[in-house]
Amino acid sequence: MKQKKLAAAIALMTAIPFAAQAQVSNNVVKVGVLTDMSGTYSDLSGQGAVVATKMAIDDFIANEKPNFKIEMVQADHQNKADIASNKAREWFERDGVDVATELVTTSVALAVMKVAKEKDRIALVNGTASATITNKECNDVTIHYTYDTYALANGTASALTKQGGKTWFFLTADYAFGKSLESEAAKVVTANGGKVLGSVNHPFPGTDFSSFLLKAQQSGAQVVGLANAGSDTTNAIKQAAEFGITPKQTLAGLLMFITDVHSLGLKATQGMYLTTGFYWDRNDDTRAWSRRFFEKQRKMPTMVQAGQYSSVYNYLKAVKAVNSDDTKKVMDYMKKTPINDFFAKNGRIQANGRMIHDMYLAQVKKPEEAKYPWDYYTIKATIPADQAFTPLKESTCALVKK
Amino acid sequence: MEIFGIPSALLGSQLLIGLINGSFYAILSLGLAIIFGLLNIINFSHGAMYMLGAFVAWIGLTYFEVGYWTSLLLAPVLVGLLGVVLERTMLKQLYKLDHLYGLLLTFGLALIIEGIFRDQFGVSGEGYAVPDALTGLIPLGFMNLPLYRGWVVIAALTVCFGTWYMIEKTKLGAYLRAGTENPQIVQALGINVPMLITFTYGFGVALAAFAGVLAAPVFQVNPLMGSNLIIVVFAVVVIGGMGSIMGSIVTGLGLGLIEGITKVIYPEASSIVVFAIMILVLLVRPAGLFGKS
Repeated sequence: MKQKKLAAAIALMTAIPFAAQAQVSNNVVKVGVLTDMSGTYSDLSGQGAVVATKMAIDDFIANEKPNFKIEMVQADHQNKADIASNKAREWFERDGVDVATELVTTSVALAVMKVAKEKDRIALVNGTASATITNKECNDVTIHYTYDTYALANGTASALTKQGGKTWFFLTADYAFGKSLESEAAKVVTANGGKVLGSVNHPFPGTDFSSFLLKAQQSGAQVVGLANAGSDTTNAIKQAAEFGITPKQTLAGLLMFITDVHSLGLKATQGMYLTTGFYWDRNDDTRAWSRRFFEKQRKMPTMVQAGQYSSVYNYLKAVKAVNSDDTKKVMDYMKKTPINDFFAKNGRIQANGRMIHDMYLAQVKKPEEAKYPWDYYTIKATIPADQAFTPLKESTCALVKK
Repeated sequence: MEIFGIPSALLGSQLLIGLINGSFYAILSLGLAIIFGLLNIINFSHGAMYMLGAFVAWIGLTYFEVGYWTSLLLAPVLVGLLGVVLERTMLKQLYKLDHLYGLLLTFGLALIIEGIFRDQFGVSGEGYAVPDALTGLIPLGFMNLPLYRGWVVIAALTVCFGTWYMIEKTKLGAYLRAGTENPQIVQALGINVPMLITFTYGFGVALAAFAGVLAAPVFQVNPLMGSNLIIVVFAVVVIGGMGSIMGSIVTGLGLGLIEGITKVIYPEASSIVVFAIMILVLLVRPAGLFGKS
């Protein structure tokens, strides 16, 4: 009996610190938004991503009434991997940040993922496109949430090829991202019975695309695929119209955001196909959230900004559910919990960290079809979650059990 | 028909496009050359002035219904006036100091101006439509040339040679050149040299703004459009010879052509070919192709 009491006492004593450990450290969850605040990607993420994160935190506190505090810090990584990894290290080591998020630009995402792994914290990647994050470079503390190069190339290229765009010519930004976008798209074109007639690598960033567009014109391809992003894409689209390439040949923007369409206007972009993870005007839920975002930012959200909100909200839900900010516990919970909100339908985080969810094939409206501001897309098809992203068995991530 | 294994139609069209881009280089490097030649200022804010020109046109069209043709005159005047203010209040203080101070000041100004516009307008840029009178394509056989691009070449060349004529062949130009050669004596002869210098700086940046308006319908009007271009333009000035008026025009056009050919042969190198030539020229003729050592 005495022994039993002693055992119970020991058990109690060890259980107390154990219970304390299981709680949120310092009773504060710290979210660090590391994004491009002033460079090329600041319109598609930037300040809008910060606003979305704040909304997620405020909404979570209002809806879920957590027993822990939530703080947000933010920094501009200027699209430089060294700045980003230094900042992440400082956040994790000194400031007690639990999760680094947004992380647009492939080099930034890869650098911060490594620091997060080393310090056992979480990286929630939203703005970056590169599919290597959940393939060769994957790790068990990273979630790639919004979209990736595979999903975009797959959605747009297969839709256009199936519609009869059998011959393709690519304009490719001459760096890793552009090449991977081109090769993903080319695979899809060939798999659907199409043919790639040629491609040209243009310097990054470029301003005058007319030489390259003339090559595309002379190739006679039905579809000109733009394997680039940002101002390269917008300038190429604008000049394609100027040289009379469109509408004779179809342009396919392999990475386009609603901010690009907004900046070019519908006259220059009408009829283009693109794949997106989010469109504000898709249903009542997306409209309600987007209008709230618009109130604060005076712009409709890009898929990156909407994904930013959703990823942070679901991260906080996981912390509350496991009552801990311990990386492994939160990651395990997130990977086994389906995600369904205004952003993600049929969302699920795979073993490699890839959040798969329905993607949408959109076509840009004609100017006369747009009834109100930001009325830009017609959703042509929903690409189901399990077809939109790289099939898990093809993932080269070491975390995937084969 | 093929020339050096390249279909002649392709070569012809790329050369023509090279000439169009060369026109932009020529007009921008001309402004830089004038400012350097007459003021000894290395004007790093030139790209920002080019961007300002494009934005004045865009703001005019979007908010005040000021059309393209009016902007083509108005934007250079407004930006030129801004240049005058900057010269009177800031640059004036630096003439006696090393070149480096002028470079740093103008570089700082460029960062501030671009920062303000980036904050106000974002980085995606704004679209500016080609004016109605200049839409359409001219069929040339080997390519269809957009009418607007043809206009760019004509307008740029007219302004470039007009400027050259004014500086090299008129009395006003003679005053300018004399004023920089020996300001004291020219001043003693009753000519207002500080005024001449202010006018020159204003004129130089007005040229940049003019190029900006010309560029607006071709490129997205974007706060970063100047900084993307300015480094190449500096290379053009160095190759032509700092301060040489004709040198900057001829080199601008020539390098546009060379870039065009590079885009046919090896497109990946097209962004560095200008710099490769710059290194070669600096090794062989450090004062530049048209410069006087």
